[in-house]
Amino acid sequence: MRKKALKAAFPHTLPVMAGYLFLGLGFGILLESKGFSFIWAFFMSIIIYAGSMQYAAIDLLAGGAGYLYTAMMTLIIQIRHLFYGLSLIEKYKTAGKRKVLLIHELTDETYSLVCSCDPPEDVDPNLFYLFISMLDHSYWVIGCTAGALLGSMVHFNTNGIDFVMTALFIVIFTNQWLEQKDHRPALIGVICSAVCLVLFGPDRFIIPAMVSIALILTVFRKSLEKEDTKHADS
Amino acid sequence: MRIPDSQALILVLIMAAITFLVRMLPFLLFPGNKETPPYIVYLGKVLPFAIIGMLVVYCLKNVQITQFPFGLPELIATVAIVAVHIWKRNTLLSIGGGTIFYMFLVQVVFH
Repeated sequence: MRKKALKAAFPHTLPVMAGYLFLGLGFGILLESKGFSFIWAFFMSIIIYAGSMQYAAIDLLAGGAGYLYTAMMTLIIQIRHLFYGLSLIEKYKTAGKRKVLLIHELTDETYSLVCSCDPPEDVDPNLFYLFISMLDHSYWVIGCTAGALLGSMVHFNTNGIDFVMTALFIVIFTNQWLEQKDHRPALIGVICSAVCLVLFGPDRFIIPAMVSIALILTVFRKSLEKEDTKHADS
Repeated sequence: MRIPDSQALILVLIMAAITFLVRMLPFLLFPGNKETPPYIVYLGKVLPFAIIGMLVVYCLKNVQITQFPFGLPELIATVAIVAVHIWKRNTLLSIGGGTIFYMFLVQVVFH
């Protein structure tokens, strides 16, 4: 049963494996360059486990940021995760004790996999999602730790390596676009965020963007839901 | 000189705790043993598409379009990734190739 779920989950995680190993390497190399050994990279990748947050953490640690400032920064960068939980309440309903681990491992990438991949009929969905989450986490830990080890041995020009995260989301976005007939939710996400970015600037736009996305999705609920059922019928 | 280990440890623990709390909060607000309100179920259906759109913008938020290189490396790499992905549908190629291409652009072409 477990083996079957693992086998079903593994192929779905391959794109994340590539992204996480690459992104993790970049993180480890950068962190090491600020004087934190691979033990820190290992530890942080296990207990924080968040791509953009860990990149921000490098600056916070290197600059010796204050505790309150660090707490606020974390909240602002991670606040988008509120939405992830909202979409997975139904899916994780029956997860039981494993729920804590599933929630801890709910990154942007794992979220997108759990949303878009359905387990085969003969596999326990909870085990399937758990393996996706754990596999993704293991790639991240390996990438981060290996990066810090590598960084202590060789020096490279990592400029631009963090684009791997952008590339990952662009690919997911493209996939969703090709698979969905109704592009309005995707467009609402892009347009609200872009408008808020212009209005509020890069450090403050995330919360207004989230609020406006939720607001517009709520206002147009009737029309968006109708479209949804139409597709289900056809 | 970097900050002492004890201070770094506290910072890491703060980041870890808040990250976990934010991830946990929706599940605390809408526990599984109760019926989830239809509105929340609806949001759960449409949000994934909107959020990925938001994340793309989030990743590109620090691009400066008013000064050199005017966001050109990001624009060229994005177009290349979408084109290669529609053409080949190979996620590994799109992500790995796209990132290496971008690194080449910022390190060599738009240096």
